[in-house]
Amino acid sequence: MTISVTFDKVDKSFGPVEVLHGVGFALEPGRVYGLLGENGAGKSTLMKILAGYEAPTNGEVRINGRPVRFSGSREAEAEGIVLIHQEFNLADDLSIAQNIFLGHEKKRGWLLDDAAMRADAARVLRQVGLSVDPGTLVRQLIVSEKQLVEIAKALARKARLLIMDEPTATLTAGETERLFDLVAQLNAEGVTIVYISHKLDEVERITDEVIVMRDGRFVARDATAHLTRQQMANLMVGRELSDLFPSKQAAPSNTAPLLKVQRLTVPGWAHDVSFEVRPGEILGFAGLVGAGRTELFEGLLGLRPHHAERIEIGGTAVRIRNPREAAGHGLTYLSEDRKGKGLHVAFGLRENLTLMDLSRYARPWLRPADEQKALKVAVDAFGIRTGSLELRASSLSGGNQQKLALAKVLQPEPRVVVLDEPTRGVDVGAKRDIYFLIHKLAAQGRGVIVISSELMELIGLCHRVAVMRGGRLQAMLSADHLTEEELIAHATGTH
Amino acid sequence: MPPARTEARPRSAAAQWAGRSFARLHGLGPIVGLALLCVIGTLLNGDFATVDNAMNVLTRTAFIGIIAVGMCFVITSGGIDLSVGSMAALIAGCVILLMNAMAPRGWSPVASVAIGMAFALVLGAAFGWAHGLLITRGRIEPFIVTLGTLGIFRAFLTWFSNGGAITLDGKLSDVYGPVYYGSWLGIPVPIWVFAVVAVIGAYMLNRTRYGRYVQAIGSNEQVARYAAVAVDRVKILTYVLLGSCVAVATMLYVPRLGSASPTTGLLWELEAIAAVIVGGTALKGGEGRIVGTVIGAVLLSVISNILNLTSIISVYLNAAVQGVVIIIVAFLQRGRR
Repeated sequence: MTISVTFDKVDKSFGPVEVLHGVGFALEPGRVYGLLGENGAGKSTLMKILAGYEAPTNGEVRINGRPVRFSGSREAEAEGIVLIHQEFNLADDLSIAQNIFLGHEKKRGWLLDDAAMRADAARVLRQVGLSVDPGTLVRQLIVSEKQLVEIAKALARKARLLIMDEPTATLTAGETERLFDLVAQLNAEGVTIVYISHKLDEVERITDEVIVMRDGRFVARDATAHLTRQQMANLMVGRELSDLFPSKQAAPSNTAPLLKVQRLTVPGWAHDVSFEVRPGEILGFAGLVGAGRTELFEGLLGLRPHHAERIEIGGTAVRIRNPREAAGHGLTYLSEDRKGKGLHVAFGLRENLTLMDLSRYARPWLRPADEQKALKVAVDAFGIRTGSLELRASSLSGGNQQKLALAKVLQPEPRVVVLDEPTRGVDVGAKRDIYFLIHKLAAQGRGVIVISSELMELIGLCHRVAVMRGGRLQAMLSADHLTEEELIAHATGTH
Repeated sequence: MPPARTEARPRSAAAQWAGRSFARLHGLGPIVGLALLCVIGTLLNGDFATVDNAMNVLTRTAFIGIIAVGMCFVITSGGIDLSVGSMAALIAGCVILLMNAMAPRGWSPVASVAIGMAFALVLGAAFGWAHGLLITRGRIEPFIVTLGTLGIFRAFLTWFSNGGAITLDGKLSDVYGPVYYGSWLGIPVPIWVFAVVAVIGAYMLNRTRYGRYVQAIGSNEQVARYAAVAVDRVKILTYVLLGSCVAVATMLYVPRLGSASPTTGLLWELEAIAAVIVGGTALKGGEGRIVGTVIGAVLLSVISNILNLTSIISVYLNAAVQGVVIIIVAFLQRGRR
């Protein structure tokens, strides 16, 4: 019941643009492969071809030596090839069990066999370690639970080749561990696994072999044990990647704080949190998923009900009831949810960029020409890679969308900017760009707050890091106390 | 939700470009359709392609067209308003009652008419404001809110008119008449008003901050909220705008027949929504076209005009032909959704 796959000179074009150029390599059965590449390298497209979501323009895919051409994901699934999507493909208003068997419903005669589906769903949920009733509506799940449901869905399809696209982006450390156990278990049962991730430590840990793609081409493959993380990163980028983080400037001395928050409470999420940011300072916020970091700042911005003893921006007490007032005081926020809250993916780049600062282009009619100029400036300054300035935001790769979202929240020239997971789902090259950019913002004298689940990012970037757990501020660590152990200890309460 | 997935996936630059030029072709759909209809009309009846007939069609289009411009804002922001026909009827009734009451109390006919028209505007804006408040602050679906007021408005008119008609006094009619029947530079007043409303609407939607916010909210309300857009205020204002458009249309309508009855403005909401959608605006919001809306409104009234002038298809089937055209246009535009 094992499966081997060969890609032979696979090309894929969308219109006149070729995104895959003669990709050829083979996957042997029963191994765990790490598929690496920057955003836009063609990994996802190639995997979509394998899983039947796209058809190759030229070349062929062979399974166990037999050429195949899937007309849809169902045919691929019939061969045992299942792709777990990066974005969630769950119907919010259906239950977990209904989602897991969506399109593959079990029937008894003419009727659905709900009991059997619930029992099977419960079994795969146990496998992924999600202790939720299968009848629960997906709407009621948090992001990491939805990801686990996606994985459970793949398990229920009896996959022989499982493709995981950034499965841990939203998982906590504990859930990630459990996922890795599951990968090991599946692998022991002979399932081939293709693991796409930007987290090189994970790739290093769980894969047998690494395959690297760049610019739509196969670049290299080697046993994972033979490669260091630095070598993997260099192969992906195609050049020597010098230090990921800019060298830290000295923490600002005793200047007056730009933002001072005293005893901010967001009911149900955060209690009595106090902190301050100085000009030129990068303040990190660490914590596990559910620690209330995002909600704390959504409260601060007026997006959630909140109350605080005192909030000062630039020395003046302010009251913030909505993001508009926050922006008026010079405080903007980049959401962690790029597609849901950060960008209008159906809008053009220009309309996205200028949305928060339209008054600058209205005299009184909007001047598209001026907006276009601003877009050109931003594309250069933020290193947004795009074929044309007339595209929709949805056509940019993840990393470039993120840069656009960053450019957008910085358009109003905020004094304090809150960046929530600024590098989520972004490749190494783009990550480095974003780190240098954050650094530049601080150097310009702005206050920068970075919420991140990547500890290395916080350690490499921040002057101080606040650690939250269960909605409370656990610790405020200064640069000389920043270690992974210390952060984890405070975040999990084992200090 | 497989369609959502395929849409959300980034596409290559060229595919995007190709898609856009295709979309632009689609954008021409309504205009091509209108041109085609005009050719057919001309072939079928020599009277179709006359200035008089064109003026006639455009004058009749004015009511629905003006309302459709307001409706375009509401739909673009992701909302809907089903009550506009009833609202027009109630405003017409109230305005006539007010003018009839003022004239005998020593107000000059001109003053009565002027105040009556101002009152129409106030009423329309107030109704729209109430809709907006219920929808944003009250957090009720726009469909439900305006379905409710659709009944409420018409019921009150029926009550005021005792089930019959509310008729404007003859003297006032004479003063008010030119607002509908008059013309300036050879073009009837309603067409001028329609043109002015359309131009203002087009500029507002495409070239002002407000218009951009309307599209942003319709495209993704959450993103707009996070981007510091005053979402509630913008949405309320779209309904106020629509209410005002309904008021303007009513001001033109009252002098035409000089009365309001329970059948006044019947099904206007459907014609206005149809004009917006035929014009290429997405019903789910985010993408609005005023020019398309105007063309859509004209297209719908050209259909009934052709049916009136020719005897190939019974006039009674007017709504059926319009329905077929709406479905065809929607079919041609489905790729963009």
